[in-house]
Amino acid sequence: MKIHPKFILMAHKVLFITCLSIAATSIQAGEDYSHFLRPAEVPQPDNNRITTARVELGKMLFFDPRLSGSNWISCGTCHNPALGWSDGLPTAVGHGMGVLERATPTILNTAYQPLQLWDGRARTLEQQALGPLKATGEMNQDLDEVIRELSVLKGYRDAFEDAYPGEGITKETLAKALATYERTIVSTEAPFDRWVKGETHAMSKTAQKGFEVFLNKGRCVLCHSGFNFTDNGFHNLGLKGDHDPGRYGIRKIKILKGAFKTPTLRDVELTAPYMHNGMYKTLKEVIDHYDRGGDTKDNLDPNMQPLHLNPSEKASLVSFLKSLTGEPAPVTLPRLPIE
Amino acid sequence: MHKPLTQKRLHAAIIVTAILAAATAQAAEVTVNQHDKAFVVEGNKIETITINVGDTLRFKNDDPFFHNIFSLSDLKTFDLGSFPKGKSKTVTFDRAGMAEVECAIHPEMYIEVTVK
Repeated sequence: MKIHPKFILMAHKVLFITCLSIAATSIQAGEDYSHFLRPAEVPQPDNNRITTARVELGKMLFFDPRLSGSNWISCGTCHNPALGWSDGLPTAVGHGMGVLERATPTILNTAYQPLQLWDGRARTLEQQALGPLKATGEMNQDLDEVIRELSVLKGYRDAFEDAYPGEGITKETLAKALATYERTIVSTEAPFDRWVKGETHAMSKTAQKGFEVFLNKGRCVLCHSGFNFTDNGFHNLGLKGDHDPGRYGIRKIKILKGAFKTPTLRDVELTAPYMHNGMYKTLKEVIDHYDRGGDTKDNLDPNMQPLHLNPSEKASLVSFLKSLTGEPAPVTLPRLPIE
Repeated sequence: MHKPLTQKRLHAAIIVTAILAAATAQAAEVTVNQHDKAFVVEGNKIETITINVGDTLRFKNDDPFFHNIFSLSDLKTFDLGSFPKGKSKTVTFDRAGMAEVECAIHPEMYIEVTVK
């Protein structure tokens, strides 16, 4: 049988396009995705290096409700290690059970972030640490008062002296100790990391397909990049009914109206509900939002566009996101000074 | 005898053109690329740049996502808006001083522009 030359040419074209398509989107265990692995060294400032004494003091302070004006709310109340260092609520609940406007962000891997909080208004963990204590809607504490309260407790006097010899109990050492403890709250190895290191079966085939969608058709990696899966940038995602100015409150640049910091995706399975206002309960709802290209188009981030993902691709993305959940890191609670 | 008015205007126009031509000849344009969320000139990441009064910076996006370059400095306030890969926008600095230039979307991208 003689095959028509046009048919052969067409078959070649189909084969070529198929190969190109596979080459463009395929991922393989063992390929170099090492930039997605967490750097072993945690960034720390020269004037507040991590020491055991500082971590122990920071942990005591972090879980001590006496840091709040009501003596009832600790940092750990909202940043609960059992809830992915968040609180499981759509938006935070603060002093007097008041409901706040923004979700409690996880503090996982904040040591690696150049700007803190949803709107990036704090540059360092030291700058950020005292903000929630002072905020009337959050912990409603008078800083001078809390310094006096801590200073009468021998346990704290000793712990501060061990951590910061000769510096005393001050707002500065309080902030430094809290920041030091936060620098120890880092992500642990997840199935995705083991797969990146070459453990072929560490991540399911579905999750691997999800990673492929994440890198390509889903466009997720444009903002959720690097080991912490964030560009440390600010984007307006077009959330329906949301009027929070976000980053625009800090920088009066048009694109920043309604823009919020890209959160990490490490342990994202554990930090529902999602978005800065907690409006989505599940990862599927979040993916559906991105698939629509956002809802409110006014000042929408230019990277947002409809994705046309099929149900299988969406499910694989969820599977991939769950592969970013690290091994549980045991947290031991401190014994707090009572005298 | 006075020169005719039209001749005076012609002389003035020639002088102004000459001045503008001289200024244009001296002014330079420097391309500052945005690459891997950093400001890059001729392949090197920069955190500062020094230019002369009248020079222009062309900000060119090489990344596969949008950037939005701006400055709120007293020397020069501008917002170039967001632009995608392959596109560029220019700013001319017409006074001496220092301006802080950032990307609004990626605030880690920051340079100090000194204008002499």
